[in-house]
Amino acid sequence: MSAVLADMPKSDVSKTVAPATTKAIAPSKGGRPWTFYVLATLFAFYVIALYGPMFCIYILSFQDIRGGLVFPMKGHSLHWFVDLFTQVRTGDVMGSFDRSIKLAVIVTIITVVVSFLAGLGFRKRFRGDTFVFYMMIGSLVAPGLVLGLGTGLLFQALGLNASWYTSALGAQLSWTLPFGVLVMFAVMSRFNHVWEEAAYDLGASRWQSIRMVMIPVLAPGLVAVALFGFTLSYDEFARSLQTAGSLNTLPLEIWSMTLNVTSPSLYALGTVTTIVSFVVIGASLGTIVLIQKRRGSATKG
Amino acid sequence: MQSSQTPPRANLAGWLYVAPLVLVLVPFFVAPILVVLAASFFATDGFGGLTPGFTLASYVEVLHSALTLKLYLATIKFTVLTWIFTLVIGFFVAYFLVFHVRNQLLAIGLFLLCTVPFWTSNIIRMISWIPLLGKEGLINQALLGMGVIRQPLEVLLFSDLAVVIAYVHQLTIFMIVPIFNSMARIDKKLIEAAIDAGASRFDIMRLVVVPMSRSGIALGTIFVVSIVMGDFFVVKVMSGGGSASVVSAFYEDVGVLQYPTAAASAVLLTLVLVAIVSLILRTVDIRQEITR
Repeated sequence: MSAVLADMPKSDVSKTVAPATTKAIAPSKGGRPWTFYVLATLFAFYVIALYGPMFCIYILSFQDIRGGLVFPMKGHSLHWFVDLFTQVRTGDVMGSFDRSIKLAVIVTIITVVVSFLAGLGFRKRFRGDTFVFYMMIGSLVAPGLVLGLGTGLLFQALGLNASWYTSALGAQLSWTLPFGVLVMFAVMSRFNHVWEEAAYDLGASRWQSIRMVMIPVLAPGLVAVALFGFTLSYDEFARSLQTAGSLNTLPLEIWSMTLNVTSPSLYALGTVTTIVSFVVIGASLGTIVLIQKRRGSATKG
Repeated sequence: MQSSQTPPRANLAGWLYVAPLVLVLVPFFVAPILVVLAASFFATDGFGGLTPGFTLASYVEVLHSALTLKLYLATIKFTVLTWIFTLVIGFFVAYFLVFHVRNQLLAIGLFLLCTVPFWTSNIIRMISWIPLLGKEGLINQALLGMGVIRQPLEVLLFSDLAVVIAYVHQLTIFMIVPIFNSMARIDKKLIEAAIDAGASRFDIMRLVVVPMSRSGIALGTIFVVSIVMGDFFVVKVMSGGGSASVVSAFYEDVGVLQYPTAAASAVLLTLVLVAIVSLILRTVDIRQEITR
């Protein structure tokens, strides 16, 4: 997905290959082949199935006190949102919300910096690079719960207390960093090395070329990495389960609610946490578009 | 600058750049795996305490248990079903976006529309099926209303069907993105050439599009297979406790502090996963595909 984000600036400039004939699956000019309609229907169904259920719970979370877990909707109020933040029964939602946001911010910062550096490192072959690469892939595909247990036991063996800002932070990084680096690969593959060489020719030091050439050019990609870092951490569950210690993060809170709470409070929490996600996604995509726009006007003007 | 032979300086610079990554992965990926491996050989006092030592008792227990085979069969069933559905849907969605949507900006917009839920909570997306699939859910209400059925279908929620639905809902994105990326790199001239050479639409699909999307399919498969095989919460919640998978059994073991048995089962699962992933990696050089 990042690859496409990073591709957005050039899409309308460099890929000027769009006359109808090149979309050659449709040989007859203008007219759509029957496969278009079949696949368009499939796509529409997919999107409906993707978003439909989510919107159902957002709607159901606005019921009044008579509300249940299924349709039909019984009245409308903010009762379950108030319930969520005031009732003891639903657990420490505020505290876990606060911790999750802080943790996600820390994870995002580390993920962006470390992924960026690793992305720079992987551009050239070096001895042992394949080993590091496969270590990363291993970290990505390993079952999260198993890794979490291992981390928990490790902390126990070392006599350290597991907590959300130590063991859970590390466990989450083992999940966000591989994603971040993979996104950096996609971003780097579109970076033109000539710009960097030009910086060196003009007498830039390595640090200057990174700060004044690479970071500004790669900024949209770095925002994409940050988006991954934040959302993957904010929603991370399996790896945090055995590592968060005594204080829950938000997904752990949701998990315990799915097992205990059978009221629309659960849906209300789903609505609240999704709003946060949407705000972050919107801000990230908005930032990327904004950077591209400014860049476009700078080159034209 | 210098290339081909990788001189010592390039090696040093490379390692300096990836050092932070390695410094995170060693304590939080390599070490935990080793700890689990070690724990699988330890004995337990039954109260969560581990006695260092070397015993294969846990492996014997896991391998002798009739439950193990059942768990693996269940896990494989979920994995295969999810893989087939995500692959078919993911492939055709990507195909539609790349080859049928003519406006590039629209294609990117629709692609983003597919990816947005990936950045939201999995658990929330999973429980969002409850108002639809439940006994009094929308689907049952609709079917009852239309007179198709007289009794509400109980099989919709808290069943294997619900588990597969939740997996497909969550994981199709992992097929769409890599397949979309490989398809987007297919030179449209190749397809024109195929048409000029008299290929039918089916021939193009079979001989050009599918082979050239191979790396995307492989990458998506790795994601889907490893996530389904490593999952426990979808199985636990969506089956209503009726089904179990290897990792959900692991979760129960950890819950009752049976660390060595849990660890032995985790080591076995990891070996199976490594075998599957390396089989897939043999068919395609992932690193080259990703960094290209």
